[in-house]
Amino acid sequence: MSAQAARKKDLELVLDRPKSLKDVPWHFCPGCHHGVIHRLVAEQIDNFGLREKCVAAASVGCSVFLYDYLDIDVLESPHGRALAVATGIKRALPDRFVFTYQGDGDLAAIGTAESIHAANRGENLTVIFVNNAVYGMTGGQMAPTTLEGQVTTTSPYGRQAQGMGLPIRMAEVMATLEGTGFVARVAVDNIKNLKKARAAMKRAFEYQLKGWGFSFVEVLASCPTNWKMTPEAANARVGGEMAAYFPLGIYKDKHAPKAD
Amino acid sequence: MYFDTIIAGFGGQGVLFMGNLMAYAAMEAGRQVTFMPVYGVEMRGGTANCTVVISDRQVGSPIVHEPQAAVVMNNPSAEKFGPRVKKNGLLLVNSSLVDEQYVKARTKRILRVPSLELAQEIGNPRLANMILLGCLVELSGVVSVADMVKVLPSALDPRYHKMIPANQAALERGARFAKENRGKV
Amino acid sequence: MAKRVMVKGNEAVAMGAIAAGCRFYFGYPITPQNEIPEYMSAELPKLGGTFIQAESEVASINMVLGAAATGARVMTSSSSPGISLKQEGISYLCGSEIPAVIVNMSRSGPGLGGIHPSQGDYFQATRGGGHGDYRTLVLAPSTAQENYDLTMLAFDLADKYRNPVMVLGDALLGQIKEPVELKPYRKKPPAKPWALTGCAGRPSQLLKSLYLADGLLTEHNWKLFKKYQKMRQEVRHELYRADDAEVILVAFGSVARILRTSVDILRDKGKKVGLLRPITVYPFPDEAVRAAAQAAGRLMVLELNTGQMVEDVRLAVEGKAPVDFYGCPPGTIPTPEDLAREVEKLWRKGGGR
Repeated sequence: MSAQAARKKDLELVLDRPKSLKDVPWHFCPGCHHGVIHRLVAEQIDNFGLREKCVAAASVGCSVFLYDYLDIDVLESPHGRALAVATGIKRALPDRFVFTYQGDGDLAAIGTAESIHAANRGENLTVIFVNNAVYGMTGGQMAPTTLEGQVTTTSPYGRQAQGMGLPIRMAEVMATLEGTGFVARVAVDNIKNLKKARAAMKRAFEYQLKGWGFSFVEVLASCPTNWKMTPEAANARVGGEMAAYFPLGIYKDKHAPKAD
Repeated sequence: MYFDTIIAGFGGQGVLFMGNLMAYAAMEAGRQVTFMPVYGVEMRGGTANCTVVISDRQVGSPIVHEPQAAVVMNNPSAEKFGPRVKKNGLLLVNSSLVDEQYVKARTKRILRVPSLELAQEIGNPRLANMILLGCLVELSGVVSVADMVKVLPSALDPRYHKMIPANQAALERGARFAKENRGKV
Repeated sequence: MAKRVMVKGNEAVAMGAIAAGCRFYFGYPITPQNEIPEYMSAELPKLGGTFIQAESEVASINMVLGAAATGARVMTSSSSPGISLKQEGISYLCGSEIPAVIVNMSRSGPGLGGIHPSQGDYFQATRGGGHGDYRTLVLAPSTAQENYDLTMLAFDLADKYRNPVMVLGDALLGQIKEPVELKPYRKKPPAKPWALTGCAGRPSQLLKSLYLADGLLTEHNWKLFKKYQKMRQEVRHELYRADDAEVILVAFGSVARILRTSVDILRDKGKKVGLLRPITVYPFPDEAVRAAAQAAGRLMVLELNTGQMVEDVRLAVEGKAPVDFYGCPPGTIPTPEDLAREVEKLWRKGGGR
C-alpha cells in the first residue's frame, strides 16, 4: 500500500519514502543490499536538509545508477576516481555536502591511490563504501575483498592467499590514516545492524557538516546473483562469514564524547 | 639591431644569472629578447649554458649555433663553444680557470679575463661571473653597465639584495678591464 | 604598451590562467613544466584559490573533472608521460562535456624518453588521445607571450564549447624566458546553467558519459561530432614572408620560431621562402594550408618528430601540390642554420623531379 493510500485510509504511517529518493522501481537484483543502502543515504540527506546543497560523485559498478534513484546533483566519475572527483567538487564548493558512493572494486582496487590520498589529505568528504566481496556489474569477478576460498568467475578454484592475497580490510586501513575522522563498518542484514548502520551514516554526515574531516562508512552487502545464492542465504552470509572476516563496529570517532 | 651570445660554464658559476641579467636589461631598454637555458639534469656541478638573443624585431630562433659572442668559463665550454663563435665574433675566456690548450677559435677577437683575480681585487671572488658580464656588455655595446645595474633588484632574489653594491662593483670592474684591453679585440 | 615582465614560458602559462580567472589547479610534478605547479602553489592561495599536488596525474585530471563540473575555471598541466596518464580523464571531460584547460609542455618519448623538447605528442593531442571518438581543441603557442595569450584563450574556448582545450607547448617553450606583456583579461565568463552546484531552486541534474539505453549513445556522439564541426571556426594560423614565396614551410610551436630565422637566412640568400604556422593544430588550418600550396606550389613540413603533422598537411593539400618533410627526432634541437640547410636540400631534390 502506498503512503498516499495509507493516508487516505487514515491509517498510521510508519515508514515513508525519503524525499530525496525518487519514486522509481529499483533495477537491483532481488536480495541485493544496494537499495537499502541507497535509502539510508537518502534518509540522512533528508534528515540534515541537504537535498539542495548536495553534490555526489557516483562511481563505476552497480553503484553507478545512484543518480537514477537519488534526486540530487550527481557527477559520474571514471572507475576508481570518485574520491579525486569529489575532492575537486568539494574544493570548489566547500559549503556543499559532497559524498561518494563506491563499491569494493572501485574504492579498494582501481581507486586505492585516490581513496587513500583523499583520506590522508583529510578532505572534508563522506564515503559510503559498499563491500559485497565481488565485482557485481561486470559479472562476478574476484574483488580485493573477495573472501579466501570464495569462487568467482576469475577465481574459479576459489581465492587463494598465495598469489591472490587475502581480502583487504578497508575500514581498518582508513582508520590508521591521520586524515580520517570517522570510520565505521556496518551491515544491513538485520534490523539491529540496520539501526547501527543508520546511526553510523548520521555520524558520518555530521562529520562533514561540522568540518571535522574525512568520514568513511563501509557497508557489508550481499550480492545473491554473483554469489549464486538465494537472497536469504546471501543475507545470512553477510552476518556470518563476511562479518567474521570484516568485523563490524566503529573504528574511529575522533570527536566522540569523552566517557566519564 | 641584432645580437646573440652564448654563456657557458659549470652549474653554480652563475652562468644562467649572467644571461638572465642581460635579458632583463635588454627588456628594460625596450628591446625584444629571448633567454634560453640549457643544463644537465643535475641541480649542481653539471654543465650549464644559456643563449641570449636581443633584437629590435620579434626574436625567431632562441637557438644559436654560431654566436656573435661567447663567454666560456671552464675548459669543456671553451672547447665546445670557442670554435663556434662567428669569424669576427667576440670570445671572452675566463682565464682564471680555462687552460690555454682549450682556447681554440676562428675569431681573432679573444680576450682572456682573469675574472677570479679581478673579483678578489674588489673583495668578492664569487662575483667572477659579474666581472665577465661587465666585459661582455662593455665590448658588445648592446646594453650598458648602467642598464644592468638598474635591473639588478628585479633580477636578483630579494635574499641577495644586500649584494647589489658588490655586483655593481664587479660589473664596473669588468667593464673597466674591457676598456683597458679593448685594443686587443 | 602594458607592462612587460621577464618570465619563463611556463610561468607565462600560469599567469595567463590566473588572469583568465582560473582559481583551481591540480597537478603532479614532472620536468619540464614544474614552474607551472610551483607558480600556482604560490599564487592561488593568495587569491582564495586552490592548489593541490595530487597523488598522480590520474588523480589530478579527475580533480579537474570534479571542480570543473561545478562551473569553475580549472587547469592542470603536465608533460608527455603525465599527459598519457591524464587521457582517461580527458575522455570523460569530453564525454560529459565539461570544460577545462590541459597544458602539455611536451618532452620526448616514447616511454620515459628524456626532457628534451619534442613534438612527438602531436597525434595524441590532435586525435583525442584517450578512448572514444572525441576531439579536444589544441592551441600551439610559439613564444612566451603566446603561452600567456593562448592560455587565456583556452579558457574562453573551453567554456564556449563545453569541451577540454589543450595548450600544446614543449620543453623549449616552457624553459625560455622572454618579456611578456600582461594584457588584462576583460571578458565575462559565460553562465553555466549545466554546472552541478546542488539543486536549489531547480530540478536535480547530472553530468555523465554513460548512455546505455537504445539509441542514446549514438545521439550523444552525433551531438559531439556537430560540436567538433562547429569548432572549425576557431582555426588560427600565422604567415611569415609568404607573399611571394616559391616554397612555404609549415611548422608549429618551437620549430616554427626556429624556422622564422631560417626563413630570414634563406631570404638573405635570395631564396623565396615563407612560413605558415598553425596556431590551432586541432582544428587544423586546412584552408590556409591549401591556399598556401596553391599560391607557392610547394610545401615543406618540418617537425621535431619523424612525421606527424605532415599527415594533416597532406590531407589538406589533397595531393594537389608536393609536400616534403624533414623530421628531427628528439635529443638535439636543430639550429636555424641546420633547418635552412635541410630546406635547401629538399628544394634541390624537388627541383630535380
